[in-house]
Amino acid sequence: MSINQIQDEIIEEFSFFGDWMEKYEYIIDLGKQLPLIDEQYKDEEHLIKGCQSKVWLHAGKENDHITFTSDSDAIITKGIIALLIRVLSGQKAEEIAKADLYFIDEIGLKEHLSQTRSNGLVSMVKQMKMYGLAFASKN
Amino acid sequence: MNQIKERPTKLDIDKIRSDFPLLSRQMNKKPIVFLDSAASSQKPNQVIKSMDEYYEKQHANVHRGVYQLSQEATDAFEEARRSVQKFINAVEDKEIIFTRGTTEGINLVASSYGRKFLKEGDEVLISAMEHHSNIVPWQMICEQTGARLKVIPVSEKGELVMEEYERLLSERTKIVAVTHISNALGTINPVKEMIKKAHALNIPVLIDGAQAAPHQKIDVQELDADFYVFSAHKVYGPTGMGILYGKEHWLNAMPPYHGGGEMIKTVTFEKTTYNELPFKFEAGTPDIAGAIGLKAAIDYVEAIGHDKIQEHEAELLSYATNKLQDIAGLKIIGTATNKASVISFLVEGVHPYDLGAILDKLGIAVRTGHHCTQPLMDRFEIPGTVRASFAIYNTKEEIDKLAAGVQKAVNMLI
Repeated sequence: MSINQIQDEIIEEFSFFGDWMEKYEYIIDLGKQLPLIDEQYKDEEHLIKGCQSKVWLHAGKENDHITFTSDSDAIITKGIIALLIRVLSGQKAEEIAKADLYFIDEIGLKEHLSQTRSNGLVSMVKQMKMYGLAFASKN
Repeated sequence: MNQIKERPTKLDIDKIRSDFPLLSRQMNKKPIVFLDSAASSQKPNQVIKSMDEYYEKQHANVHRGVYQLSQEATDAFEEARRSVQKFINAVEDKEIIFTRGTTEGINLVASSYGRKFLKEGDEVLISAMEHHSNIVPWQMICEQTGARLKVIPVSEKGELVMEEYERLLSERTKIVAVTHISNALGTINPVKEMIKKAHALNIPVLIDGAQAAPHQKIDVQELDADFYVFSAHKVYGPTGMGILYGKEHWLNAMPPYHGGGEMIKTVTFEKTTYNELPFKFEAGTPDIAGAIGLKAAIDYVEAIGHDKIQEHEAELLSYATNKLQDIAGLKIIGTATNKASVISFLVEGVHPYDLGAILDKLGIAVRTGHHCTQPLMDRFEIPGTVRASFAIYNTKEEIDKLAAGVQKAVNMLI
């Protein structure tokens, strides 16, 4: 599936939630399920430091596709990471670089990607796209 | 029959709350429970109106025009200075310098005092519970002058280790800069005693009063503080306005901080002579409306009375401490014997960010994170805390909502 097809799928899934609590419970569940990043990558080099929570991100390359693994010390942050990974991981590098991540807004979680939250997510998205750009230009 | 009216001894909370228009709004479709006054307090109508009125009826630049309007603005501005003087019991009004806030006040002293009095091998003594704004300016001046930063450690309870303080004070110490009340833990430091000890070695002391000014009566003469800094916006006043108090002889001995208009006596291309206190440290057009707003805030606080404010906030603190401690796995960070109305806490297995994000959805505004005190968080080996802070307008019902909200969040997260 393309990046946008997955985004639309997520938006549709979220449309079934009645209120914010159901939504947050789902995100918390996603956070708990997210396969952990390989311990060796949970180091300074892969750390994206937010003021509030920490995020670790690793990018692996298979042909012209990028696989992301990630972790965070905060569970809601981790749940949102799970969504970002579902959308971007396994996609083509150049598609990742130019992706417009509209689903965050649509599902009503944009406050988690605002600068004031400073939870590492804004930098993480930037970093994912940077990997896309870097890997795409190497091809 | 005549009814004998009892003189109210407690705060009329409903009346106070009605003075703060913001408190009637909603956050995330819930009536707002504002528990982040340690970051910035809300403003009463009296403050908001005073500033509106100034702009509507009195505004002109100060200390300049010969016309009546400018004189009126100048009078109002200087009256605000005298009101601050009384608020903290300074000897002279010229010892009151208007700044943009606590941070600027500390930067001013660090830069100005530091350039004049610090040299290689000297020491600046701060504490491990300082806000970044009472760390970084000193680090910057130490880098420039070759002086070194020394740090008073903090105990497990969140109190300064006084034996270590005494041990660290030496003839190398050229200034002590400590916070009156910790923004992250609520600890009230024994600053009077600390100043006395420093003065025994002729060392001046700067007190960061950002968290103290809203909660208790400040008397710079009784404390014998050499410098005392605070921000208007935490004392129900406007943002962008702050106070640096300095003893006259220190301020006279220090070079100006910013250059520009207002702070000069004469300017030629060869040499400029500087204006007298307080204008020497107030380059450029000041925040006149901010000063007027601060005066209105001081009037507001004094009309209620420091005793009543302190009593109310102490009651909230003890109520909240008991309530929160009932929550399984909750640990209060900072259990000093003397505390202001600030509670930092963590729940086992729960990240403060997650807790804060859910409380936000419940309409409860708390601060999460390291509270600009990263070294202190490192000291406790924690990523940060959730901090609830209480002001004159907060109620026990709001604390009940906080406790219920924390419990709800914990149930969702664990």
